Amino acid sequence: MVKPVATATEFSSTALPAFLPEPFLKWFSSRGWQPRAHQMDLLSRAQAGRSVLLIAPTGAGKTLAGFLPSLVDLTLNAKQRDAGQIHTLYLSPLKALAVDIERNLQGPIRDMALPLDVETRTGDTPTSKRRRQRISPPEILLTTPEQLALLISGQDAKRLFAGLKYVIVDELHALATNKRGHLMALGLARLRHIAAPGLQMIGLSATVADPDGLRRFLVAQPENEEFLADLVIAGAGAKPDISILETTERMPWQGHTARFAVPDVYAAIAKAKTALIFVNTRFQAELMFQELWKVNELNLPIALHHGSLDAGQRRKVESAMAANELRAVVATSTLELGIDWGDVDLVLHIGGPKGASRLAQRIGRANHRMDEASKAMLVPTNRFEVLECQVAIEANYVGAQDTDPVGEGNFDVLAQHIWGVACAGPFAEEALFIEVSSTEPYRFITRALFRQVIEFVATGGYALKVYERYARILEFTPGWWRLRHPRLAMDYRLNIGTIVESPSLLIRLLKAKPKGPIVRGGLVLGKIEEAFLEALVKGDTFIFAGRCVCFEGIRENECIVTDATKRDPKIPSYAGGKFPMSTFLAEKVRDLLASPERWKLLPDEVADWLRLQEEHSILPAKDEMLVETFPRSERYYLVAYTFEGRMAHQTLGMLLTRRLERVGAKPMGFVANDYALAIWGLEDMGAMVRRGTLSIEDLFDQDMLGDDLEAWMDESYMLKRTFRYCAVISGLIERRHPGKEKTGRQVTVSSDLIYDVLRRHEPDHILLQATRRDAAKGLLDITRINDLLSRIQGRIIHKPLERISPLAVPVMMEVGKEPVSGAANEALLSEAEEDLINEAIA
Amino acid sequence: MNVPAAKLESEMPKQITAELGALALVLDHAGVAYASDEQALLVADLHFEKASSLARRGVYLPPYDTVDTLRLLTKTVMHYQPKSVICLGDSFHDGQGHERLGNVASDAISALAQGRNWVWISGNHDPEHKGDLPGEVCDELQMGGVTLRHEPKFIEGEFEVAGHLHPCARIEQRGRSLRRRCFAINQTHMVLPAFGALTGSLNVLDKAFSGMMGSQSATAVMLGQTGAYAIKANRLLPD
Repeated sequence: MVKPVATATEFSSTALPAFLPEPFLKWFSSRGWQPRAHQMDLLSRAQAGRSVLLIAPTGAGKTLAGFLPSLVDLTLNAKQRDAGQIHTLYLSPLKALAVDIERNLQGPIRDMALPLDVETRTGDTPTSKRRRQRISPPEILLTTPEQLALLISGQDAKRLFAGLKYVIVDELHALATNKRGHLMALGLARLRHIAAPGLQMIGLSATVADPDGLRRFLVAQPENEEFLADLVIAGAGAKPDISILETTERMPWQGHTARFAVPDVYAAIAKAKTALIFVNTRFQAELMFQELWKVNELNLPIALHHGSLDAGQRRKVESAMAANELRAVVATSTLELGIDWGDVDLVLHIGGPKGASRLAQRIGRANHRMDEASKAMLVPTNRFEVLECQVAIEANYVGAQDTDPVGEGNFDVLAQHIWGVACAGPFAEEALFIEVSSTEPYRFITRALFRQVIEFVATGGYALKVYERYARILEFTPGWWRLRHPRLAMDYRLNIGTIVESPSLLIRLLKAKPKGPIVRGGLVLGKIEEAFLEALVKGDTFIFAGRCVCFEGIRENECIVTDATKRDPKIPSYAGGKFPMSTFLAEKVRDLLASPERWKLLPDEVADWLRLQEEHSILPAKDEMLVETFPRSERYYLVAYTFEGRMAHQTLGMLLTRRLERVGAKPMGFVANDYALAIWGLEDMGAMVRRGTLSIEDLFDQDMLGDDLEAWMDESYMLKRTFRYCAVISGLIERRHPGKEKTGRQVTVSSDLIYDVLRRHEPDHILLQATRRDAAKGLLDITRINDLLSRIQGRIIHKPLERISPLAVPVMMEVGKEPVSGAANEALLSEAEEDLINEAIA
Repeated sequence: MNVPAAKLESEMPKQITAELGALALVLDHAGVAYASDEQALLVADLHFEKASSLARRGVYLPPYDTVDTLRLLTKTVMHYQPKSVICLGDSFHDGQGHERLGNVASDAISALAQGRNWVWISGNHDPEHKGDLPGEVCDELQMGGVTLRHEPKFIEGEFEVAGHLHPCARIEQRGRSLRRRCFAINQTHMVLPAFGALTGSLNVLDKAFSGMMGSQSATAVMLGQTGAYAIKANRLLPD
C-alpha cells in the first residue's frame, strides 16, 4: 500500500535524500502545506542513522519535524515490530507539554490512519495505566525526565527499551543546563546501553548561544575526542515587533508590581485578539491577575496560570486557551516552553526580561506562524527595568543569545543514578564508569571520583567504615555491584528526581470559618511554600489563585483559608525577581548608562532621572564601577553599582560586610537588587576613606574570594540550603512525603545538623564537595563576582556625597534587607525577651 | 540591628534560673538543667548511635553523632563538675545502641562517670539496657519533691521534669523567623530539649505539649549561641 516517494531537500548535506512515504505527502498537500526544508533535512539525516539537533524558532513546525522520522519508520516497518516494546520515547521538561504534544500528534495519526499508539506518562497518570504501560507500552511514549529515571530503574527496563529506535528531547536548551538535564543525560546513556545498537537522539531546541554543547549532549562522547550530533537550523522567522508599553502614569522608582501600568495593560489586552501576559514570579502573576479583574469593565475572559495552582485548574486554563475561549492569560515560566496556544497575537512581558534569550522565547509564544512578526510589549515595573527592557529590545533585534552552557554534572545526581541502575539489576563498575563518562555533563569525572560516589551510594562514603554490614549496594564479586535488598528499590522510587521543593502545603478553601480542629471538604486551590506561611497569623489576608483569601490556620499538611471579605490583601506579596539578570544584559545596561546620546530612546522621566544623577553625583563609564558613600538618618551608607544580578550581590554583600567589620566600619546590614548593592553601618565610610582607614580598592580586591569566601561559606545559611538539596538528591536523607511530616518531626534529622557534624569530621566528604561545587557555580554566582572584581581593578570611582543620589533611591527602597552576622540573631532573641519585660513594666 | 556585635560578645553567658517546687534549676543554653543544691546535672534524649540505627535501614548519616554528643556533654560536665548526672531517657536511639557503641565512646562515658552518680532513666527507645556501662538504670527518680522521668505525664499537682518530646519554639522578630530548641516550662512541669547531635525537634505548640503549654505561666526558654532566652507562650508561633 505504502508507495515511497523520495524528495530531495534544499540544503541537506547527506548523500541520501529524505524518504517521505506517500500518505505523508498526501497529508501535507491536503492541508495545503509543503514539508519545510528543515523538516526534510532532519528526516534525511535521521534516515541516514544520525542523531540530530534541530534549532528552530517557535512556530517552525519543530514538533512535527522531530516526530517525522519515527512516524515514517513506524509506518514502513509496522509488521516487524515486537509488542511490548517502545519505539519512540519523547521527553519534555513539562507535563503540560507532553499532554499538548499528544493532542497535536493525534491529528495527523488519525488523518493518515497510522498504525500506532501515542500515550503520555507523567506523575498524573493513574497507577493502573502506568502499570499497563509497562506490560503493553504504546509505540510512542511521551514523558518527563523523572519518569525516564523511574522506567530505567525497573527490572523490566531491558525488555521495554530493547526495541527503542528514537529518543526525542524537546526544549533541550531548557533541560540540558541543570540537574534535571544531567540526570537525563545519564538516563540517555543508560538507554544507549540497553537499546539495540543504532539508537538515535533527536534534540529540539530554541536558539542557543552554544549549539555544540547541546550537540555533544545528544551523543556518546568517547575519551579524548569530541562527537557531535548533526545540526539542522531552521531559517529565522520574521523579526518580532517589540516595544515598551507607553504609560501615562509615573514610572515608580522601585517595586516589581506594575500596578501603575494596569490600565494601559488592560487597554492593550482589549485591543488584541488573545494576549499572553508573562511575569517573573508567581506573586506578580497573582497581583496582576487581581488588578486586571478590578478594571475589567468589559468582563473579558482573563485567566491565571502558574505552577502552584492545582493541576486540574491548570488543565482547564490550557484547554480553554487552545479552544480560543480566553482573551488573556497571566502566566509565569510554566507557560514559557513550547505549548501550543491558539491564536495569541500579543505578548505582554511584565518586569525586566532578565535575559535576551528568555525574552525571545517568551515573545515566540505570540503568533505561532514564523513568517509573521510576533507582537510584544515590555512593561518595566521600575526605572532600572526601563533600562533593562530597552537594551533587551536592542539585543533581540540583533539576535543576541545569552543562554547557559550545559555545565558539569554534580555528584548528588550521579549518586541517585547509580542507585537507580542498581535497582534494575547487578552492574559492573568499570562498564558503568565508561557509560557515565561518555555523557557530556560527566566527561570530567575521574575513575577515583566515580569510585567515591559508588562508595557513597553503598554506605555513605565515610572515612570511618562502620556501615559495611548495612550497605545499600554490595560489591558481591570484585567490580560487580548489586542491591542488598529489594526494599531499597522502593526507597529509591520514593526519592527520585532532582527538584527539591521547599516544603509546601496544600491550600484548602472553606466556605465558612472552621470551628474545630477537624476540617472536611473545601476546594483545593493549589500549593504554597511553608516559608511564606511562616510569616502569617490567623486573620491575615493574601492573594492566591486569583482570590483574596484569609488565613485560618494549618491543619495537618494543609493550609486552611476562607474567602476574605475585603478585596485588599494585608500581606504584601513578595515580588522580587526570580531570575538574576544575565551578564549580557547587565553589560548592555552599563553601556546605556554611559551613553547619554542614547537616552532619548528612554521615557522622559527616566532620562531625567539619569541626568539628575549626573548633576548630583556621577555616572560611571562602561568599564568603571561607581561607589557612593553618604549619610542618612543616623546611619552611613555605601552603595556599589555592580550590575551583576541579585544573587551575586547577595554573596558580595556578605563578603563585603565581613571586610568592613574588620576595618571597623561596624556594618549593620545590606540590601541588594539586580543592579546595585547598599551596605549600611555605624561608621562614616566616606570619612574613613578620607582618613585613609578604608581603601575602596582594597575592599573590592580579588583576594575577597580567598579566605573570606571560605570562612563565610562555612557558616552561610545558603550553603546549608545547598547541602540540603544535595543530601536529598543524592539519597542521603529521605524526601519528606505528605502525611509523614508532622509525626516525623522529632525523628527527622535536620540537614543543618548533619551538615555541622559532617563538616567537623569529614570536611572533604563527597557530598560537601558537591555542595561547594553547586554553591560556587549556581547559588552564589562566584564566577560573576570573580569576573566583576577583575574587570573593575583600578576602575573604581568613589564619590563621597552629602546625601542620597538619584541612582541610589531604587536599591534603598528595596525590600528583603539582610542583617549582618550571627550575633544579630542573639540580639533578636534578647530583644524579644526585653519586649516582654517592657510590656510587663508598662 | 541596633545592637553591635561587640557588645553582645562581651556579655557573660546568659543563664535562666527556674524553680520547680523545691528544686532550683539553672537552664543552660547548652541544653542541660543544673540542680545547684543537689549538684545534679539533668540531660535528656542523648540518642547515642542514632546514625548507626538509621544506617540499618539504608540511611547513612555521618557516623560521628555519638562522638559529637559526648564532646558537648563532656564540656558541660567539666564546667559544672556535678556529683550526679541524670540522663532522662532515650540515651540510646534504640535498644541495641549500647552494643554498637565503639570503645572510644564507652571509655569516654566511663571516664565521665568516674567519681559521680550516673543514672540512666529508661526511655521508649532504650527500655532498660546499658550493657557494661557504669551507672544505674531506673524508670523514675525523685529529687527535691520533683519526679524525673522520660515521658512527661503532665499530672496536675505533680512536679515533673521530663524529656521525650524534643521541644523547640519559633518566634518572629523584626520580620525574621527564629526556630530554636528550648526548655518548655510552667509552674509544675518542665520538658528538657533533646541533647543529641542529630536529634530533631517538635514545636511546643504541638498538641503533644497541650498538657502544660496552655497554662498562664507557660514559657519557652530558647537556646541561643551565647545564652538562653525566656519567651512567654503568647509570643510563640507554630511551625
